[in-house]
Amino acid sequence: MAGPRTLYDKIVDAHTVRALDDKGRVLLYVDRTILNEYTSPQAFSGLRERGCKVWNPAAALMVVDHVNPTTPRRTADMPDAGAARQAAYFAQNARDFGIELIDVLDPRQGIEHVVAPEQGLVLPGMVVAAGDSHTTSYAALGALGFGIGTSDIEHYLATQTLVYRRLKTMRITLHGVPGLGVTAKDMVMEVIRRIGADGAVGHAVEFDGPALSALSVEERMTLANMIVEAGARGAVMTPDTKVFRYIEGRPRAPRGPLWDRALAAWTVLTSDPGARFDRSFALDVGEVAPMVTWGTSPDQAAPVAGRVPAPEAEGDAARRCAAERALAYMDLRPGTPLDAIPISHAFIGSCTNARIEDLRDAARVLAGRTVAPGVRAIVVPGSTAVRAQAEAEGVAEIFRQAGFEWRQSGCSMCLAMNDDVLAPGDRCASSTNRNFEGRQGAGARTHLMSPAMVAAAAVTGRITDVRRLAAPARKPEPCSLS
Amino acid sequence: MQPFVTVEGAAAPFLLPNLDTDVIMPKTFLKGIDRAGLDRGVFNLLRFGAGGAPEPDFILNRPGYEEARFLVVGPNFGCGSSREHAVWGLAQLGIRALIGTSFAGIFDDNCRNNGLLTISLDPAVVARIAAVVAQPETNRLHIDLPAEVVTLAATGEAAAFEIEPLRKEALLRGLDAVGTTLAEADAIRAFEVRHRAENPWLA
Ligand code: SF4
Repeated sequence: MAGPRTLYDKIVDAHTVRALDDKGRVLLYVDRTILNEYTSPQAFSGLRERGCKVWNPAAALMVVDHVNPTTPRRTADMPDAGAARQAAYFAQNARDFGIELIDVLDPRQGIEHVVAPEQGLVLPGMVVAAGDSHTTSYAALGALGFGIGTSDIEHYLATQTLVYRRLKTMRITLHGVPGLGVTAKDMVMEVIRRIGADGAVGHAVEFDGPALSALSVEERMTLANMIVEAGARGAVMTPDTKVFRYIEGRPRAPRGPLWDRALAAWTVLTSDPGARFDRSFALDVGEVAPMVTWGTSPDQAAPVAGRVPAPEAEGDAARRCAAERALAYMDLRPGTPLDAIPISHAFIGSCTNARIEDLRDAARVLAGRTVAPGVRAIVVPGSTAVRAQAEAEGVAEIFRQAGFEWRQSGCSMCLAMNDDVLAPGDRCASSTNRNFEGRQGAGARTHLMSPAMVAAAAVTGRITDVRRLAAPARKPEPCSLS
Repeated sequence: MQPFVTVEGAAAPFLLPNLDTDVIMPKTFLKGIDRAGLDRGVFNLLRFGAGGAPEPDFILNRPGYEEARFLVVGPNFGCGSSREHAVWGLAQLGIRALIGTSFAGIFDDNCRNNGLLTISLDPAVVARIAAVVAQPETNRLHIDLPAEVVTLAATGEAAAFEIEPLRKEALLRGLDAVGTTLAEADAIRAFEVRHRAENPWLA
């Protein structure tokens, strides 16, 4: 193709087996997938019915994460019969089709989007498609990541390809310097608030800009992960030396001369100067404040110093209606200051915000403080490796001393498919990505925010601007443990 | 896959924007290893009360809409989780097509893979269709896929829609994508050899 190309187009071009029409449909070669126990069973059943093998078992990884309990003592038992059946069928599929399985007791277990990068499974320039919408996370490593449904998982497993439609492109440029207490979570929540929950529908999003370069790889994962809540159908970012350093030495990463060859190829993975994007959006991250959602869609959010908005302020009738419905569900009145809203639960977890940096952020707020009376606070590390690191660093002990339940890894209350379910009327400050009706339990209310903001809410018992909690109330206990 | 050629039936308006797949198919219905019983799950927390009795106010429980074959929906319908259970459930409930202004990407692909037609039209056209089908007496639509036209049975008003030729072909013939692609196995293998030679660290 002549002319300057975007990074997205370069990756798609490099993976096109052949064009299927002149309207952008291609047969797309996919390098990797990660499978979970709840979106994959019917795909494997489909292969069995066809009498079909998996094209390349080594290109897939199976991780149990959605339905397993996260109780402090690790057990392979699934108290729920449906979950037990899914886990058993998952293990059987791993055996029968020859795919590597990370089960609950494996020290590498965790949320698939945390585990795959930890294992070095995701590399720059790859196409990674998986049966989970937050597969966009892998953009942070220079890969094109996107979610697919179960039929397409089956298609991938049988053919290593997808019948894919080339997307429009949208560039999101981050510039400026974030204020104290402002995290990648706040940045992406602000982007979603501004462009809307459908702001990137039909588009592949490329993040760029100096404020992106300044972020760590883990922070970039938070951005890439949550941009799907604006409807992004895929995401990419130019990989830089931070990314290469992150990947080097991981179990599945190339080594030796192969590493050098890979590096040479990866350093040219960037959009050409002058490449044309269908849409562009820029955000000065210096304008971003810690964010909180007040509604039941991720774009129904506001700076924590703000108030619950009036539905009449919404532009069109449908959005007004949605806002009214959201406020009824959330049991909130327009004009209420957000930081006056009391909570019953605090949850730190999910593939958006449960990596080690997230836990450290929250622990900095929690050091020397305790969870407010009447609040149940839970932390579920993104992976068993993150959990181990947090224990080694003393971060776990800060959580425990503050009164948080220190759990094993999994998706847990992010979607509440296991036994971590909120009751109707519970109100949760949550570091997760979705505040949909019923997401954390039927009738339960979710306020999305950063891990540090969840920690602040946990200790005060209400939504709180983390910047107003200055120095810890008392010196943290030293972390020398028996 | 059941082919889609022409279908006529009742259409139910449900116009909330950004309706997510958690609401379309709550998590309590995701514990299976097959596709059974998902019709009950569709909009479960809205369609049924605490005791399991139908909520009389919910659109699909109102007289004239119980057998709806189509939904007229708001923008970004099907956003959120990739769970294909949402689409399996809609299909099991007898829904054959969705008419709206935009559909979430993974959900739209899942519809394509299950023979559900998604029709994107201008907001004004969707609003007009929704207004007419909001009355049970006038809620019938006729969808002619070969002609790419949706018609309000009561008024005769017709709207043309566009659909990708490949998708149309697959719907008309009920084609299975895996079978079609497996016929290209040699091309995929040849690509793979080249791709691995260029990126030897992928092997
Ligand atoms: S943590 Fe939440 S969003 Fe992430 S994969 Fe698990 S359920 Fe999905």
